[in-house]
Amino acid sequence: MIKKTLPLLMDQSKKGRKSINLPEIGVEKSILPDKKFLRESIQLPEVSQLDLIRYFTNLSSLNFSIDTNFYPLGSCTMKYNPKINEQISAFEGFSGSHPNQSDEMVQGCLEVMYNLQNELGEITGLKCVSLAPLAGAQGEYAGLLIAREFHKFNGNNHKNIALIPDSAHGTNPASAAMAGLDPVTIKTTSEGDIDIADLKEKVSKETAVLMLTLPSTLGLFEPNILEITQIVHDHGGLVYADGANLNALLGITKFGDLGIDICHSNLHKTFSTPHGGGGPGAGPVMVTKKLESFLPYPHIKKEKGVFINYRPENTIGRLNGFSGSFGILLRAYTYIRSLGSGGLKEISENAIINANYIQERLKSHYNLTSSRYCMHETVLSATRQKENGIKALDIAKKLLDEGFHAPTMYFPLIIDEALMIEPTESESKETIDSFIDCMIMISELSESNPNEILNAPINLPVERLDEARAARNPILSWKKN
Amino acid sequence: MNIKKLFNKNIDLMKNSPYIPATNSDQSEMLQTIGVKSFEDLLSDVPKNLLFPELKLQEMLSEPELVDYFNDISKKNFASKKKTSFLGGGAYNHYIPSTVKAMIQRGEFLTSYTPYQPEASQGTLQVGFEFQSMIAQLYEMDVCNAGMYDGPTALAEAALMACRIKKNNKILIHDSVSQKLLDILSSYSKWQNIEIINFEDIDLNNQEDYSCLLVQSPNQNGEIIDVENLSNLIHKKNGLLIHHAYPISLGLIKPPGQLNVDIATGEGQSIGVPLSFGGPYIGLLTCKKEFIRQLPGRIIGQTVDKNGKTSYALTLQTREQHIRRENATSNICTSTQLIGLMVSVYLATVGPEGLKQISKTCFHRAHYFANKINKINGFKLISNNFFNEFVIESNVEIKEINHYLISNDIEGGLDISDGKKNLILFAVTEMNKPKDIEETLTLLRRIHD
Repeated sequence: MIKKTLPLLMDQSKKGRKSINLPEIGVEKSILPDKKFLRESIQLPEVSQLDLIRYFTNLSSLNFSIDTNFYPLGSCTMKYNPKINEQISAFEGFSGSHPNQSDEMVQGCLEVMYNLQNELGEITGLKCVSLAPLAGAQGEYAGLLIAREFHKFNGNNHKNIALIPDSAHGTNPASAAMAGLDPVTIKTTSEGDIDIADLKEKVSKETAVLMLTLPSTLGLFEPNILEITQIVHDHGGLVYADGANLNALLGITKFGDLGIDICHSNLHKTFSTPHGGGGPGAGPVMVTKKLESFLPYPHIKKEKGVFINYRPENTIGRLNGFSGSFGILLRAYTYIRSLGSGGLKEISENAIINANYIQERLKSHYNLTSSRYCMHETVLSATRQKENGIKALDIAKKLLDEGFHAPTMYFPLIIDEALMIEPTESESKETIDSFIDCMIMISELSESNPNEILNAPINLPVERLDEARAARNPILSWKKN
Repeated sequence: MNIKKLFNKNIDLMKNSPYIPATNSDQSEMLQTIGVKSFEDLLSDVPKNLLFPELKLQEMLSEPELVDYFNDISKKNFASKKKTSFLGGGAYNHYIPSTVKAMIQRGEFLTSYTPYQPEASQGTLQVGFEFQSMIAQLYEMDVCNAGMYDGPTALAEAALMACRIKKNNKILIHDSVSQKLLDILSSYSKWQNIEIINFEDIDLNNQEDYSCLLVQSPNQNGEIIDVENLSNLIHKKNGLLIHHAYPISLGLIKPPGQLNVDIATGEGQSIGVPLSFGGPYIGLLTCKKEFIRQLPGRIIGQTVDKNGKTSYALTLQTREQHIRRENATSNICTSTQLIGLMVSVYLATVGPEGLKQISKTCFHRAHYFANKINKINGFKLISNNFFNEFVIESNVEIKEINHYLISNDIEGGLDISDGKKNLILFAVTEMNKPKDIEETLTLLRRIHD
């Protein structure tokens, strides 16, 4: 691994170097706009092609990635990203398709989208699907706007409260606030299940929607799900499921059957599209029939064998410039087609078995948040190690040193020193065993030699960072030395 | 025996998933360690009657079958055979260098996660810092975040940001802004008590203050707008000027930073990102330094590690949803990092001289094409002072023109007819070779023969 600092491109830049030859203007020149509109100079790096390729290639080697490391990052579903998905998304007929073409010119793209809508509808049991949202958070926002507009349409504009469990992901309350809903927190039990008494107390005729994550952010299936959806429906509210953890449910059970009205799915989690270091993602939204007319547009329909983009009657509107994150949708559809019903079910089965196996083997070394079987992820707590001065963060850093990406730390917020571990179905038993062995070794080290953990990482390109300094005195772009 | 029973009555365990390493014996060992007889025993919290529903999905395809299947579908798109294209309207057909295509395939970039563990993510973080630096330089703005979903959402978030900064919910819209951009702003602001007002409808001598004025330049008809003049006007009303700019145009046209602009946005697709039927793209969002604490999205900062070595980390995270929850600046949780990589490699590849060259080529080819069309009977050039997109009024229906061009494997312009006039918006880039332009002109002349 490269240990020396790689200078920024502007510091490597030398006037006169270039990386590409471009075509000449090739036509008779016209008069340029008035001088007051023209730019005189631009500051961008000037580097040779080899130096550029070497720089970015060397930078890439500073990263952990799925292709190089096990990434047991809870709630992120860091599964293998199949290479065939990348190959197909690069087909010229797809990657070269302009989004402003008329429908008859892009029947292939629309067919992919239409088929993916159907597959996601079948998988979640919520049959009406829009692929427009560009990420999970936008899918959430779309779902909440749908609830908003639905209530308004029915003369229930007073329904303006979103009930959100205290264990929820931060995007839930943030999306609710954007949709003009007042977030009201619902308590959860120590195992992260919804506190039914608290729900009954807080649900009211103002309840627009309950947002819940299923399986919960503690990786457990909500055992009272049918009662919960019933309570909310009895008050005229809708139930929205955050589909971040859908990787546990493929062919296991369907949101639609559980009384859920709206959900989204993060295609970059369950459906294997690459995380790309933090995007792009895609967050399709799925709803029941009664909510179909509120879906964002464009939405794809098939009429007389022809695929068409259409605008649902009571649509919440447009969420992005064109038709959604098509390149991501295409990868997800490729993944679904490469597995079929049987394959998808095996995905969830193996994800669940792997998580329970880790939970079982680590439960005598770390505190467990629940004694129940988990779904696709397990949440451990480092409270025992903390007694020796070793926090979740320190364990995370030591894991990095040993070549494993860290689990998600300090989430959900309701668990002290949380370490959320999601192995996914992609990892072999050998890899999982070596991870478990490493976790046990760290736990033992926390008693025998905690300093070794506190000093980690030492094997990476950089050691622990001064993150406070970055925030106190923000340096956000290159400056001349 | 148990295993077989629990998985699926009729499906052989390993038959369907090329992406699962667990063998039958791995499975049984793990279940044994867990202490259950069957997989189903792990699912006791799921309502029994709703367990294992039938999934009626399309049939599974082997890898070679996938290639054939998608190859066939992709051929149903005109893109697979087009000779040249004059379609724009927010997405543009520019050349993508080989360097970009090569770097995007690196699994270390492609398959990494959001850099929450900076020690294991310096590659992603340094690229993000390069992205912020190069976009800030291209726009000549103080700071840039690590990326938004796309151009339109970046503009909508910029407007919401101005409302927070000014604690004022009135947004002014200049008539340069396209309807599509307004549609997204409306979806983003609808439930936040925000008032969207046409700039043309207000009396500049009134006593009102406004949060901001949104300007798109080049505008929706390709015309370069006097943004500086508008900046001065809105500043007198105590508001911010938000400029939505087409990045390629900045190789020729003055950047927002020289026009007294407060927040500048853009669609990053044109600088290194394939059209891909509308996404994934990247939204560019830049601003003056004093507004950074109201910027939405991820921001990467330079710092040092404990040995004093230069390094990079996500910073100013107290603005974000995972900490501030409902009080966050936005619900956004992605930075479209991979597309940021494409843009960074693109800008570093073309460099300052290359960008100027591309920008000039777009300008001159567009003007040449426009002036020649203007000379054909039945066509009239409408746009003035344009960059690389222009509107032509035609006495023939646009559908007919486009249909004729398509029958010659040429993608025409965007039909923007308004019910009264037949209007077409042509975009010209460095991808429209002089001979493509001549061939298209010949066809356009024939329409009126």
